[in-house]
This record gives sequence, structure tokens and C-alpha cells, in this order.
Amino acid sequence: MLLELKNIYKNYIQGNMDVPVLKNINLSIEEGEYVAIMGPSGSGKSTLMNIIGCIDKPTAGTYFLDGQEINTLKDRELSFVRNKQIGFVFQTFNLMPRQTALDNVGLPLQYAKVPKRERKRMCLEALDLVGLSDRVSFKPTQLSGGQKQRVAIARAMVNQPKILLADEPTGALDSKSGIQVMELFRELHERGTTIIMITHSDEIASHADRMVKIIDGELITGDGISDTESNISNEQPESEIMHTYDGINADSVGQEVRYE
Amino acid sequence: MIENIRLSFQGIWAHKMRSFLTMLGIIIGIAAIIAIVSTIKGTSEQIKENLVGTGTNVVKVELYQGDWNYTSGDSQGGNKLPVFNDSLKDEILDLDEVTAVASYRMGSLYNGIMYGDNLVNNTTFVGVDEDYFSVMGYSVKKGRLFTEHDRKNFNKFVILDTVAADVLFAGEKDYIGKTVVIKNDAYVVIGVVEQQDSFSPKVENLNDWYTYYYNDASGKYFVTDDIWPMLFGFDEPYNVVVKPRSTEDMTKAGRKTADILNDYIGANDKTGGDMSEEESMGASLKYRSEDLLEKAKALQEVSASTSKQLIWIASISLIVGGIGVMNIMLVSVTERTREIGLKKALGARKGVILAQFLTEAAVLTSLGGMIGVGAGIGLAYIISDVAKTPVAISGAAIVVSVVFSMVIGIVFGFIPSVKAANLNPIDALRYE
Repeated sequence: MLLELKNIYKNYIQGNMDVPVLKNINLSIEEGEYVAIMGPSGSGKSTLMNIIGCIDKPTAGTYFLDGQEINTLKDRELSFVRNKQIGFVFQTFNLMPRQTALDNVGLPLQYAKVPKRERKRMCLEALDLVGLSDRVSFKPTQLSGGQKQRVAIARAMVNQPKILLADEPTGALDSKSGIQVMELFRELHERGTTIIMITHSDEIASHADRMVKIIDGELITGDGISDTESNISNEQPESEIMHTYDGINADSVGQEVRYE
Repeated sequence: MIENIRLSFQGIWAHKMRSFLTMLGIIIGIAAIIAIVSTIKGTSEQIKENLVGTGTNVVKVELYQGDWNYTSGDSQGGNKLPVFNDSLKDEILDLDEVTAVASYRMGSLYNGIMYGDNLVNNTTFVGVDEDYFSVMGYSVKKGRLFTEHDRKNFNKFVILDTVAADVLFAGEKDYIGKTVVIKNDAYVVIGVVEQQDSFSPKVENLNDWYTYYYNDASGKYFVTDDIWPMLFGFDEPYNVVVKPRSTEDMTKAGRKTADILNDYIGANDKTGGDMSEEESMGASLKYRSEDLLEKAKALQEVSASTSKQLIWIASISLIVGGIGVMNIMLVSVTERTREIGLKKALGARKGVILAQFLTEAAVLTSLGGMIGVGAGIGLAYIISDVAKTPVAISGAAIVVSVVFSMVIGIVFGFIPSVKAANLNPIDALRYE
């Protein structure tokens, strides 16, 4: 078992009210799996992803990653886990605007204290993997959306993490670039990387081997996915704005909405 | 580290105007300090230069009784101190630090000197040997110096310095060869001398200045030391002036000469009647060298201490500048919250974030410090041009300024950097 979430709860405090975002989540993912987490805006899927990515902490419950109990780790050890075990891909790419593709990809290696020469070799390799060998010294402003996301994937993969976490990786891309990214994910998956991906789209989710649905902070697995999916889309049509950060229910968590 | 510095420069360059305004406080503070230090150092070097002189690097070794310059004057009897002689002179000349020696004696006459109806009281007479004028750097302005013939024949000739000539002859021009009366005896004026490279006070803000000069308003009158007993009736003890090999040797040359002379007269600190005749001659008398270097140092301290207060005032500007840096760093941390969140998500430890922001603050202020040094040097030259004061750029001050401005960056950048380092990655990533 690569990762195991047991009875995970997450509450946000708004004023003096506890707003539950995740309720009793139990999820296990094996090494090498390709999992899509689906759910409407505010269902808590991003929060779940952040907990899996060790950048957020659950209010209650235990989380094991590669046999390590994450709750007990200190800040320094968490940084190490994030650096070595997890690769993040964000909807909005989150590249350093003033640094070249090469330098962007090199960031995790820099934090891992990889020697400079070795770092460059690894970065070039990663950029080659995503098919951007000819864009090495380009800055993000000189790259298209699809290229930016591929740089971000190269950055996520450069340290050869066990898990690739992708939050709406195609959300800000045109369909052609989106397909390219999905092909890349398939390739990485075939090389043995565990991929966990958040998405709204059935079509994108269909690339994954397994789908996990989350509605109102509760996990729904197995059959009947398409049913609930159609319900949700009727209930709560996705708006452009909500794509950005949809970890929290916009209606109930005013404090967090401020940031959106 | 190098990467952090590179990133800092990128950041500073990306916000040129803001960075410059932030640095301004540091620039002004450092510039003020450099300008002040340069001016102090310039003044202080000028003091030294003027006191020590360039052409007349001489050390006077004079006889003291207790703390006072020993002169028997015309109201006292003579003393039995042994007379200065050629072998003593040779002994001093043998010193490595000494290139020339002259002996002289000095005394004052209350009923000084008279020319026509003009009586000048309380005049200073100097009995000189053949080397005195050349060692002291006097040159003939009018007439001539004493010759060997004058000495052998005990000619009653007198030479005046320019001050004395002005006082005694009050505007009269053709006075060489005129007769003056000293102690009811007639003397002939054979020449006027003036000192080259004499101390000319360029620093006017120091009251102490004049205390270090032999400021004799009525000037000096020179006679040969051979006729001294005729003038004073007894042998006045000799003083010695030596010319050191270099300015650095001044103190040594003076001390060694004083040692030789003290040895010769048997100087001792004994008092009372329980002494041999030999001991009583040297009792409480001592040759002391006039240490111009030390005097220069004392003067420099006076000038430096007044300016130290100015440096403190300038330092306030540095503190204000530091607060400006802190403010901008706080803004910068807020602006880059997402960047910090991302870096943390990619595995950057607290220390990495802390180092990045501390480096940025330090680079910012160091850069300000360097610009400030440049501005300060410029300012120092402008001040020197306007106020006619000398400038000396101090390398140490430049290094200290830049290091100090770096320290300011680290100190005032600390709180913002800690704030950045302690950001929660998820909050930071969500921040818009």
C-alpha cells in the first residue's frame, strides 16, 4: 500500500463555527495506480489532495504515506517528504515567472541539495521527457499554456517522486494541449508513477484506471458514478471562477472564499 | 547562496524604482558617514602634516626643570652644567635616526632691544651654532648669516627673523647694517631670516592650534653662541635640535638624543642636600624631546571627538533606512506569498525561505551601502571644495560601511524573513 487515509476529517473554522469539509475519508491507493478524484466545486476534493500532498493537515484521522505516519512528522521532515515523494502539478502551473524553464524544473533539486552539474543533467532529462528539449532557456512568458504545464510536469517529476498529484491539470488548457498532457500522464503511469488527479471532466477522468467520487466531503466509490455525476452537474454548474480553487464550499466557508 | 544572490538581483532589478527608494535611507546614511570620516581624516592628516612639517622635520631636545622649560634668564645666576661640545655632537650624529644636529641656547631679556626710540621688551634671544639655521630650515631673506670670522672675533652682530624685523623697524626698509642697542651695548644687524615651510595653520576651527606653536609675537633675535656670555653674563645651558632621517624616526631620534644629553649632564631626579657635587648639577634637570607626533595625535583626537557626534547623528539615518527596508521586505513577503507557498510545496524547508529573504535584504542594503560610499566620496570632495578642508578617503571606513549596511539588511530583514519562512504552505498557495 503506497498511501492509506484512515478516518480523515477536516474542518475549517469560520468565525466560531466549525465547517466540516472532509468527513470520515477512508482511501487506499496502491503503488502504480492511476486514480481520478472527481467531485463538484466545494466537495472537498482539493482539500483531500492537499492532505495527500502533505501541504495541509487533517483535523482528525491518520495518514500513512509509504509506511510513514505523516501526522507525526515535523516541519523539516514534511519538507523532505514533499520534496522526495510527491510531485505537484497545479491548474495554474505556478511557475516562477522570471526564471527559465530549466531553473524552474531545477527548484526541487535545489532544495534536495543536488550538485549543480547533476541538477542540470536531471533537468534536461526531465524536460526531454515532456518533449521540451528545445525550450530549455525559455521563460514562462515565452511559452504556451500547454508548454507551461509540461514544464510544471517536468518539475514535478524531476526528483523521481513516487506520487504525482495533479489538481485540474487540464483546467486552464485548450483541448489539444489537454490531450497532450493526458498522453504524458499515461506515459508516466506506464513507467510506474502513481498518479492522483483531480478533475471535473468525465472525459479526463476516463484516462484513469480508477475513479473516486467525493460529494459534500464524503467519499463515494464503486458503481453509480455516472449517476451522481449527472446529478451534481445539474445541481451545481461549474463556473469559470470556481475552477481556480474549489477545495471549499463557497457558500459555507466565507473565510476561505475571500482568497478565491 | 550564489543562486540566492542572483535571485535577489533579479528581484531588485524587477522593482528598480522601489528598490532604489528603499535603499535611499541607507545611501544617505552611509554617504553622510563616509563624507564625515573622509573630512575628519583629511583634517587630521593635515594637522599632522602641518605640525610635523615637510621641509622642517626637526625635533627639539630642550632642557627641562621639572615640567618647565629651563631658562636661567637674566635674573638668575648661571649653572655649572657641562658645555655642549663637538664630541657630543658627533655622538648624536652617529645615531642612525639622525642626519643633522645643531645646538642653541635660548633666553629672554626683559629690557630687550632698542632701535632709535623704539624699545622692544621681553625679547627672545637665540644663541646659535654654525648649523642652526640650516637644520631649522631658515633661509636668508636679507643680508647674510654669521661667518666663522664673526664667531672668532666675537663680533657683536645680530640676525632677526621676519617678525622681529617688523616689530623693531616698524616699516623701515633699509635696516641692514643699522645699529641696535642691547643691554647698553651696540650690535649691528647683519641679516634677516625666515623659516621655510613654517607651520601655517590651515585648520581654523581648533583653538588648540596655537598652543602647539612657539607663538612669540615679538619675534626672535639670533646671535652667535660665542658672544652669548657677553649678552647674558653666564653660560645658558644648550638645547639641541636634530633632523631625523624620516618622519617616522622623529620620536626615536628625539628620545635617543635626549638620552645622550641626559647621560652627559648626569641628569637625575634627586632632591635635597644628600648628593655629591656631581649629582647636584643634574638634579631635577632633564633633556626632553619635543614629540611632535604625539602632539599631532592629541590634536587629531580633539578633531575626531567632535566629529564622532556627527557620525552618531548620521547613524540615525541608517536606522530609519533599516526600518524602510523592513517595511518593503514585509510588502515583498506578502506579494510573494504564493511563490513561498509553491516553494514549500516543492519541498523548500523553512531555512531555505529564510535564507532567500535574508539574502535579498542584505543584498539590497549592501548595494545601498556601496552606492552610499560612492555618494559619500563625492560629497566629501564637494565639501572640501566649498569649505576648503582637506579630504582623505579611508579604506577601512569604506569596508566597515559596506559590512555595516549588510548587517542592517540582515537585522531589519529578519522579521519579514521569519514571517515568510513560517507561512503555512496551503495558506500561502491559496493566497491571491
